[in-house]
Amino acid sequence: MSEYTHLLLAFVAGGFLSVIAQLLIDLTNLTPARILVAYVCSGVLIYGVGAYDPLFEIFGAGVSTPLIGFGASIGRGVREAVEKEGLLGAFSGGLSATATGITVALVSGLVFSLFTKGKAKRL
Amino acid sequence: MDIYTNEGKKEIIKKFTPKTKVLKNTLLAFIFGGLISLGAELLREAYIYFGMSEKDALTLVGVTLILLASLLTALGLFDRIARYAGAGTLVPITGFSNSVTSQALDAKSEGLILGVGAKIFTVAGPVILYGIASGVLYGIIYFIYLYIIR
Repeated sequence: MSEYTHLLLAFVAGGFLSVIAQLLIDLTNLTPARILVAYVCSGVLIYGVGAYDPLFEIFGAGVSTPLIGFGASIGRGVREAVEKEGLLGAFSGGLSATATGITVALVSGLVFSLFTKGKAKRL
Repeated sequence: MDIYTNEGKKEIIKKFTPKTKVLKNTLLAFIFGGLISLGAELLREAYIYFGMSEKDALTLVGVTLILLASLLTALGLFDRIARYAGAGTLVPITGFSNSVTSQALDAKSEGLILGVGAKIFTVAGPVILYGIASGVLYGIIYFIYLYIIR
C-alpha cells in the first residue's frame, strides 16, 4: 500500500457517499433534510451491525466525515454507555458522544446570526 | 428528429437535459464530497501527528469542519460552493453545520427566541431527533443482547 492510498480511499468513500445522496435528490423526491436524517439513521444501523469500524479502518475520514459518521458516533456512544451503565446508557450515550459537534454547530450558528446580516436559506 | 416541431424539441430536451444534468451533478458531488473527506483525513492525520489521541483528533476534525462551514455560510460563500457541489457539501458534516447557521441567519429578523432559537433546529432538529431515537432503539436491543440473551 502506497503512502497516499489512504487519502485516495478517503476521497473515493466520501465521494461515493455524496453521489448516492445526489442521485437520491435528482432522481427521487427526497429533500436534503430527509437525506441527512436517512444518513444519520443509516450510520447508527451500520455501527449497530458492526460494519462501521472495519469500514473506518479502510476509508478513515471518508466514512467519518459524511453524516454516517455522526450516526456511528451515536451508535458507539450508546454501545459504550450500555456496557458501562446498563439500560440507562441507551438513553445517555448518544447525546454524550455527539455533544461536542452539536454544541459547536449550535453556538457557532448563534454567534454568526448575532453578528452578521441574514443570507438566503439553502435547505 | 425535427427540431422545428414541438415534438422534436421535446424529444431533444428530454434526450439531453436531465441526463447531462444528473451526470454533471453526480460528478460534482463526487469531487466535492471526496475533497472534503480527503481534507478531513489529512487534518485527522495532522492532529494525530501533533500528539492527539485518535478519538480527540476525530472530534476535532468534526469541530474544524463545522466551524469552517459555519463561517463560510455566514460570509455567504457556502451557498455559492453548494450550488455546484450539491450533495458534495451536504452529506459531509459541513451540510449539517450549514443548515444550522443558515437557518439561524434567516430567522434573525423573527427575533432571538422564536426566530433564531426555534428555527436553528429546522434541519438539525430532525437529524438529532431521529439519530438519537435510532441510538436508543439500538441501545435497548444491545442491552437485551448483552445482559439477557448472553
